[in-house]
Amino acid sequence: MSRDTDTGASEAATNGEDAVAELTGVVRTYPGHPPVRALRAVDLRIERGELVGIVGPSGSGKSTLLNIMGTLDRADAGTVRIDGHDVSTLTDRQLSALRAHRIGFVFQQFFLAPGVSALDNVADGLLYTGLPLAERRRRARQTLERVGLADRMHHRPNELSIGQGQRVAVARALVGRPAILLADEPTGALDSENGAAVLDLLDELHASGTTIAVITHDHVIASRLPRQVRILDGQVDADEGAGG
Amino acid sequence: MMRPSKLRPRDTLRVAGTGLKARPLRAVLSALGIAIGIAAMVAVVGISASSRAEIDQQLRALGTNLLTVEAGESLRGEPARLPEDSVDMVARIGPVTAVSAIGAVDDAFVYRNDRIDEFVTNGIVTMAARPDLLRTVGGEVAYGRWLDDALAAYLTVVLGATTAERLGISPTDGSVAVWLGEQWFTVVGILDPAPLAPELDAAALVGWPIAEELLGYDGTPTRLYERSPEAQVEDVRSVLAATVNPENLEEITVSRPSDALAAQAATDETLTTLLLALGGVALLVGGIGVANTMVIAVLERRSEIGLRRALGATRAHVRIQFLGESVLLAGLGGIGGAVLGGMVTAVFGASRDWPFALPLWVLAGAAAATILVGAIAGAYPAARAARMSPTSALATV
Ligand SMILES: Nc1ncnc2c1ncn2[C@@H]1O[C@H](COP(=O)(O)OP(=O)(O)O)[C@@H](O)[C@H]1O
Ligand SMILES: [Mg+2]
Repeated sequence: MSRDTDTGASEAATNGEDAVAELTGVVRTYPGHPPVRALRAVDLRIERGELVGIVGPSGSGKSTLLNIMGTLDRADAGTVRIDGHDVSTLTDRQLSALRAHRIGFVFQQFFLAPGVSALDNVADGLLYTGLPLAERRRRARQTLERVGLADRMHHRPNELSIGQGQRVAVARALVGRPAILLADEPTGALDSENGAAVLDLLDELHASGTTIAVITHDHVIASRLPRQVRILDGQVDADEGAGG
Repeated sequence: MMRPSKLRPRDTLRVAGTGLKARPLRAVLSALGIAIGIAAMVAVVGISASSRAEIDQQLRALGTNLLTVEAGESLRGEPARLPEDSVDMVARIGPVTAVSAIGAVDDAFVYRNDRIDEFVTNGIVTMAARPDLLRTVGGEVAYGRWLDDALAAYLTVVLGATTAERLGISPTDGSVAVWLGEQWFTVVGILDPAPLAPELDAAALVGWPIAEELLGYDGTPTRLYERSPEAQVEDVRSVLAATVNPENLEEITVSRPSDALAAQAATDETLTTLLLALGGVALLVGGIGVANTMVIAVLERRSEIGLRRALGATRAHVRIQFLGESVLLAGLGGIGGAVLGGMVTAVFGASRDWPFALPLWVLAGAAAATILVGAIAGAYPAARAARMSPTSALATV
């Protein structure tokens, strides 16, 4: 069903059931002197199958927003629904379970385990689902083939190019078939060529139905995305393409 | 409503081992303290158990039913002597199965040859020995033969183990003679150390008849050896002094040499306790080393912790990972230490010809101690890792 939502996601918006992430009036203030109001009432709705770019200047609150969508952090006010769950009602263990089964993360710094093969790095994306090792590896192999690294399974991170490393990280986020893939500046550490390649990959995944939210401060990259949410000073400043 | 996060037991073990595999040298170095502590404790217990096993084995072989009778010093300070017929008197006590005696031969010194300075006596005492002495004390001839009835009347001598060493005579020397009491005596045999009669080790033993004939010996024994069935030893003991010297009871000392051997094992125990305590201190220091390593590991691996939380690990999963790593680290030291301690025990025991004895409870205790030390050392760092919020763990790189 998600496969045909990649162009007109907002048509399903009224339905309410197809929202993977639904944030209303989300506030996040970091304590300090003075306190930092990183998010000041953010409303954001991401439909199943969407590819959303989150753009905005440094310090505007993009990472904070992504962490809250990924349940790594909790909102101080407002409601956050991820994959149908109101996260404020979930315990820390339940949030962990949500992350294990329904959310995939890609970080700017990759965070690949050194000295561990690409295959096992990807298989670790399923570590906390309780699947047996052989099954984790089987799915990791499939996913690595999907991101075009079939011939790099047994290479270690230091034996991979930086672009290949980031594709391994994408595969690790993807291997559990998450409801949403969250990527915080996945191209930030890459040159433009490798950055474009990772973007192509995200495009492909989107085309095959994966829901993706990707942070980028690169306007060239952002302009390629079907929907762009602009964050400024902890608020949604513009939401372009959502209706298109 | 939702499947919980789950980490399989095998994966828990694998995950606990990742830190050690990533930094093997650090793991080995920080496990070293525990290894030394455990090795010390295992070796101390093992060596003392082996030494006790050796003493037990000796006692079993030598018997614990030997009593010795000795005259103390007389009022004039000279070594008192037992009556000439005391051997026969003791033999007449009902349960007694064997009696023998030695008698110190005064002023008969022993030298390697006749050119040695007469004051260099090496502390060797010449003693007249009865032919049944060796059998009674359970002694063994290391080389040559014993002074049997045939040899006792000739210029022959058997050397105690220490005597042979002091005179520089070894079994491979072939036929040699020593200058004893201004005569040449042929060495016909050398004894093994005699655990129940250590006074024989530093003696040169000659036959009773030749001592009386040529060395001015008056034939009075200085020490009797007596055996009786185990159950009657105490009965015999109570009448021995009165049998041997009814007039001067207080001059007579009766003792049981096997008690001295057993007591030797008991004195080892205080030393063992002390060394065990030292091993415990080493273990404690090793535990602090492991705790230190784990604190550093948790600080260094913040982003790994954050990543694992992002992949779905619960706080409990993070805690068990670092607790497991700490226990594995300590366990590594424990296994290394147990092997090392066992080897020290084996080598030390082999060098003294002891039987190898390493009680199982020591290994069980070592295992329990390392698991405990690892768990205690890892508790705080693991709790810190578990408490870390995912975002702050991911933020610091
Ligand atoms: N853990 C934190 N504690 C305090 N302030 C923070 C923390 N994380 C982010 N901030 C602040 O919140 C604001 C938003 O940060 P962030 O979401 O990282 O922005 P972006 O990802 O858009 O650069 C910034 O001013 C940042 O300094
Ligand atoms: Mg950011």
